[in-house]
Amino acid sequence: MQKYDAIVIGAGHNGLTNAAYLAKSGLNVLALEKNPWIGGASVSRSLYPGWTYSNCSYVCSLFRPELYRDLELARHGLQVIPYEGGLTFMQNGDFFANYSDHERHYREIARHSRRDADAYLRYSADVMRQTRLIRPLLLRTPPDPTSFRPRDVLEMVHLLKTYWDLGEDILYDTMRFWTMSIGDFLDEYFENDVIKAHLAGSGIIGTALGVYSPGTAYVLLHHYMGDVDGSIGSWGFARGGMGAIAEALASALRGFGGELMTDAGVDKILVRNGRVRGVALENGDEHYADMVVSNLDPKRTFLGIMDADDLPEDLITRARNFKIRGSSGKLNIALDGMPTFHALPGGHELLKADAHFIDSLARMERAYDDWKNGAWSADPYLDTLIPSLVDPTMAPPGKHMMSIFVQYCPPKVGGAAWTDEQRDRFGQTVLDQIGQYSPDFKDLILHAEIRTPRELENEVGLTEGNIFQGELTMDQLLFNRPFPGYARYRGPVKGMYLCGSATHPGGGVMGAPGANAAREILHDLRRDNIVPAAVSDD
Amino acid sequence: MPTDRYDAIIIGAGHNGLVCAAYLARAGCSVLALEAGKQVGGAAVTRAFAPGYSVSAGAHLAHSLAPRVIADLDLAAHGLRWAARDLNTIALAADGDHITLGAHTVAGRGLAGADCDAYPLFLKKYRRFAGILQGAFMQRPPRLAHRSLRDMAALARLAIKTRLLGRDLMRELLRTGAMNVYDVLQESFADELLQGALGMDAILGSDLAPRSPGTMLTWLYRLAGRWQGRGSGVAAPAGGMGAVTQALGRAAQAAGVEIRLETKVRRVLSDKNQAIGVETSGGAHIHSDIIVSNADPKTTFLELVGAPRLETGFARRIRNIRMQGKAAKLHLALDGLPAVTGLDDAQLGQRLLLAPDLNYIEAAFDQCKYGDSPARPVMEISIPTLHDPDLGPAGQHVLSAVIQYVPYRLRSGWDTAARDALKQAALTCLESCAPGISKQVTAWELLTPPDLEQEFLMHGGHWHHGELSLDRFMMLRPVPGAAQYATPLSGLYLCGAGSHPGGGVLGLPGRNAATEILRQLR
Repeated sequence: MQKYDAIVIGAGHNGLTNAAYLAKSGLNVLALEKNPWIGGASVSRSLYPGWTYSNCSYVCSLFRPELYRDLELARHGLQVIPYEGGLTFMQNGDFFANYSDHERHYREIARHSRRDADAYLRYSADVMRQTRLIRPLLLRTPPDPTSFRPRDVLEMVHLLKTYWDLGEDILYDTMRFWTMSIGDFLDEYFENDVIKAHLAGSGIIGTALGVYSPGTAYVLLHHYMGDVDGSIGSWGFARGGMGAIAEALASALRGFGGELMTDAGVDKILVRNGRVRGVALENGDEHYADMVVSNLDPKRTFLGIMDADDLPEDLITRARNFKIRGSSGKLNIALDGMPTFHALPGGHELLKADAHFIDSLARMERAYDDWKNGAWSADPYLDTLIPSLVDPTMAPPGKHMMSIFVQYCPPKVGGAAWTDEQRDRFGQTVLDQIGQYSPDFKDLILHAEIRTPRELENEVGLTEGNIFQGELTMDQLLFNRPFPGYARYRGPVKGMYLCGSATHPGGGVMGAPGANAAREILHDLRRDNIVPAAVSDD
Repeated sequence: MPTDRYDAIIIGAGHNGLVCAAYLARAGCSVLALEAGKQVGGAAVTRAFAPGYSVSAGAHLAHSLAPRVIADLDLAAHGLRWAARDLNTIALAADGDHITLGAHTVAGRGLAGADCDAYPLFLKKYRRFAGILQGAFMQRPPRLAHRSLRDMAALARLAIKTRLLGRDLMRELLRTGAMNVYDVLQESFADELLQGALGMDAILGSDLAPRSPGTMLTWLYRLAGRWQGRGSGVAAPAGGMGAVTQALGRAAQAAGVEIRLETKVRRVLSDKNQAIGVETSGGAHIHSDIIVSNADPKTTFLELVGAPRLETGFARRIRNIRMQGKAAKLHLALDGLPAVTGLDDAQLGQRLLLAPDLNYIEAAFDQCKYGDSPARPVMEISIPTLHDPDLGPAGQHVLSAVIQYVPYRLRSGWDTAARDALKQAALTCLESCAPGISKQVTAWELLTPPDLEQEFLMHGGHWHHGELSLDRFMMLRPVPGAAQYATPLSGLYLCGAGSHPGGGVLGLPGRNAATEILRQLR
């Protein structure tokens, strides 16, 4: 059989990014995907005739603009359309809106709290400063602080100097921001509950923590550090659904001469004499390469497709203890028409925004408590969007597609595996919450795909359906991601690498882990680096 | 109006105020310590709670008094005696299968061999980390990005000590330092009762629960505070915790400190941006160029100084300090020794914990965060009369319990019914291990967080004068700009638990503040 230079396991957006760069460098690359389709969690599916669902990830902001430009993804068909604004429906029949127009937004906050409207100016400046501090780190390999290797020491010095130069006050603010809960952080600025609840959502999406758990302020930053066309913190739709990102990357990969194989689930990474020699597929085929890059999370990689005999014992313990907790669910809905909402006139521009139906931090914290106790949230936090209002390819004319992200949804219910009946009741809980604010929503539903962590795990291959391939807590970030000593994308076996969201800088459709891993591989091969560095915002 | 003049005035003769006063006086300063209460000690006092029964009203066990302070101020010569030292911790189980946690070993009938083997290794590892903290506790926290040799040297020392852990331990420190205690204990031990007992150390007096990230820091903080030599580091002073502060008071007076009781300070006087003295609630002005506040930072800046005299950003930082106490005290007078299934008298005298597992603790927290009293409270219990019979009438006993996760703002309000309900819930939990204890109660006292606030003048009734958490630690405690004991108001210093290193009867904020003041005087 043909021998490749590198095999990438998993054609998610990071696997494809990684493969594209390796191929661009001139390597002979094979990317393997277990599903009949590619994209991992960055995927468009047609599950109801005429509709397209972004049935996992559903909006785009984090994908690194440097990679988008460098790989010419626009030429490969990727178009990201920003959507504007946000909306939180309140139990008293009112709503809180987030307008992109600054003056209008100020007036809207002032409608709820005069004091908070002024506080928002400080808040947005402070958060924006934090995003500018973290963005340059995204396309860099985290240094190992325990290492004396020149590359690590130089990088440590570079980082320390960068932060040192910020000056005392900003440095202290940064230390606090990285260690606080989003609830405490918002309490320092705002008095109004709905404003806090609206902003706090980004602190818990995909995360097995509550709004008052320390560390969730960082999770908010993780959702704010992206951009659409240079507008930092903005989010957009990939035209044609999130699968368009994967398709563009795959097209780039093919353009560089790389090979892509679907229906090719990997059974084992083959190791001999302490170095990889290829993979064995579930269908019995073997493919050989000197390098194997895994886009799978560390549990699947080390505990699933590698032999324990090939791994150091401490690594197996670390993989077992790796926190990758299912906490989210997803509903994808085909609607027969546009639903109306009690609080808004029909055709209102805010209907294009992301909508939420939870108006206090206490309600959000209770939603987390349910998850802690092994149940789905009775009153969940929803992030709801109707992409068909902006992107006509998602649904037939006059019809609509609704994407509902649900926080929190447990990996197991009361310690036992999900049943189909429970999945349907979980879905009903979500629909009921929206139904309270829309009189006709439920009647318009033509088809609903309900996805609990079980479905996400089984189909996409994310352990427990964790959207970030591992919790974004301090013990699993930067040089600790995925484990201390393994944060430089290299695996425990020669020729083996990791390139998934479980590596720095973490989850989200970002492409950065895949690109960073490619840079390290090229470094090990003594080839020229072709992975772009972060471009300054200034 | 009577006026006097001193080199330094200490506001509040709690343990840190007394320590600071004593160190300053020993360096030759004339020092006046003003105390609002009838006796010195702040939240480390012994007082009667029912006729004939006395108890340590605030802190009830000595976990953390720094050996350096005891030695420097020669507290033994000033009357500090220990009724019991190196108390073990016993995790109570309803079925009588208790677990005894010692300084180096753990024992219990139901305990798996693997847990017994893991325990000493676990403590050994974390004591290494705690050792680094202990070094940092003895000094003012370094400022970051600040061009001073002293701060750079302090940071370098920390970095070198961390490096000297070796690669594997350093990685463990950097990984676990910000984790939650729940995950670390799940990784390390199988026994739920053992996990619960260890987890308690992370959350006592805190507004975090075992599953909150950052609780490894609070756990390490307590471990570091125990200054263990060979023993557990937990002790009961003869005469209750008040004996510690009485000894401190005598040490301070012997060094020349003048202590005025029942003198409450109303405000800090200032001229332009310089503190010049204090005004007592009686209207007297007492002058000094150095004012040291043992009061918590909110009381100090928002009440004694007043927000109008502070820069807006600084005032905002002070307001944002999280300071709502989540711990209550329950004192029971008992007509005899309670009978705890499976414990003899000697064991009853140890530190007893009622926290059967980590999820039980978490559940109590979950109720408290919405303003409800916990249905099944977690408790740290001490029966001081076993070591110190003088605290109660002959043959009778006192039980002192910290009830963790009691809201400062109870949704229903702290009325008599709410207090009774909480006492009853606590008694019901005690009954599960000590059947019949309810009938032994002849008198009781419950101090809710608002009660603690009122009695000890701690804002929010918060023991630690503000949450101890990663974002309020070292150079971030209590807030940047006041973390090195000096404050934006020239001549005003902080010396209370709100300052580095933090709460507990450590004495180090007082000592470090004195060091800092003397350095600036020189």
